[in-house]
Amino acid sequence: MIEAPPSPKMSAEPPLVSDDSSPMIAVRALQKKIGQQEILRGVDLKITSGETLAIIGRSGGGKSVLLKHMVGLMEPDSGEIWIQGQNIIGMNERQLGAIRKKVGILFQGGALFDSMTVEDNIAFPLREAGERDRKVLRSKVSEMLEVMEMEGEEDKMPESLSGGMKKRVGLARAIIRRPSCVLYDEPTAGLDPVVADSINRLIRRLQQRFGMTSVVVTHDMKSAFDVADRIAYLHEGRIYFNGTANQLQQSSDPLIQDFLLGRSDGRGD
Amino acid sequence: MVRFFSALGAPLIAFVQYLGELVLLAADTFRSIFTRKLRWKLFLNQIVEVGLLSQLVVIITGAFTGAVFSAQTFFQFNKLGMGSAVGAVVSVSLCRELAPVLTALMVAGRVGAAMSAEIGTMKVTEQIDALRALAVYPVDYLVVPRVLAMMVSMPLLVAECIAVGIAAGYLVAIFILDINGTYYMANMVRWTRSRDIIMGLSKAFCFGILIVFISCQKGLTTREGAVGVGRATTEAVVNASLAVLVCNFFLTMMFNIIYPAGYQ
Repeated sequence: MIEAPPSPKMSAEPPLVSDDSSPMIAVRALQKKIGQQEILRGVDLKITSGETLAIIGRSGGGKSVLLKHMVGLMEPDSGEIWIQGQNIIGMNERQLGAIRKKVGILFQGGALFDSMTVEDNIAFPLREAGERDRKVLRSKVSEMLEVMEMEGEEDKMPESLSGGMKKRVGLARAIIRRPSCVLYDEPTAGLDPVVADSINRLIRRLQQRFGMTSVVVTHDMKSAFDVADRIAYLHEGRIYFNGTANQLQQSSDPLIQDFLLGRSDGRGD
Repeated sequence: MVRFFSALGAPLIAFVQYLGELVLLAADTFRSIFTRKLRWKLFLNQIVEVGLLSQLVVIITGAFTGAVFSAQTFFQFNKLGMGSAVGAVVSVSLCRELAPVLTALMVAGRVGAAMSAEIGTMKVTEQIDALRALAVYPVDYLVVPRVLAMMVSMPLLVAECIAVGIAAGYLVAIFILDINGTYYMANMVRWTRSRDIIMGLSKAFCFGILIVFISCQKGLTTREGAVGVGRATTEAVVNASLAVLVCNFFLTMMFNIIYPAGYQ
């Protein structure tokens, strides 16, 4: 195993968020092995209420795995995950239900229920929470579609939506119950630059309008710079860098420079 | 020698693990049935899928099984001058063995395959993760309505198969084989007992439970995209069919203890 060198940024600069503030999500020494491959080798991360954190890193580096751990969709081999002061490790699926009402997630492909219309997909969490009034459901779905700039698409089936639209509907479904935190798994992957930019603006708008904490997993640097208050670089299963976009850009660390400039010849290694 | 035992042991452990997963799923499902609110809409949808849409398959299976069994029995019995006993043989055979087993095999092929393919596709497209992330337990949402619908539908489908089979056997006997209808009916009513019907419907209930749990478990553990869905579907149908055939023998032996053969 190659030890990641200590990040100069991490040690030299003061943390963006003070340690005494209560974190929305705290990840401690998280380790996960899938088969023979060590995906996470001791991740430590704090996400404070109201901030937007982008987790960047190379494809297949464990970013999505880390995100799924944060909502209890995967179980780690060791480590802790605290959500609003509750350690979710060891909770069963039913106990996790209460946590998942506080944390929404946007899946990479949207993960829409393909047998339901857009309206039914978005209204699903409300129906499951016991809301039966059709008028209330319709108005809330319309409101979400307006936020997503997708008015009038209620009756479409997921198969007839473009990639960007699927992500918007998935996002509408994830936030309709107003969770305190939203996790985004590669929100701009596979989208053209214009649609990707509209998704980035949407993430920003949601944060401003609803004050939601956001965690955005991406390898799209433009997206990370656009939306994030803070950026964490996941490298070889550990958080290699944790700081602001400015700090990241000014870093002289060769590994970070390689990633930012998209160099594959490993001049930084 | 070690290699031999390890080669023998690995599939055995995998089989025991598989049985364990089935039992855990069943335990989870029954706990959910008794402690959680039923989603009536999903349950009724599944009644339509399992019960209503299986009508044609079950009617054709019952009709042609009854018809051919009536003819074959007549060809043999007629040599002994026992042509009018055909009705009793057809009726008892359909109630005890043919209708439950054949209906179960047809339902495993039609409904079991659909269940495992649907749930498997949801698994590989992250829809099951989406359910979990939206605080909905997949067993409550996907498995419970299917299990309850199967419990209700299977005995009714088998009852239908028995009725259609007896009717088809009667028509073949009367109109094609020229058996006396009065004797046919009299013998059938005399030798067919309520215990035969109880046996058939009880088997139907057990087979329904086997099919639904095997299919849902395969769906929920699907991996590796479209190929995985195909594999899960095939395995669900094969495993469910084999389970039906194997369990049928043990159920028959068990019912023979409860209702010993030869006593009326």
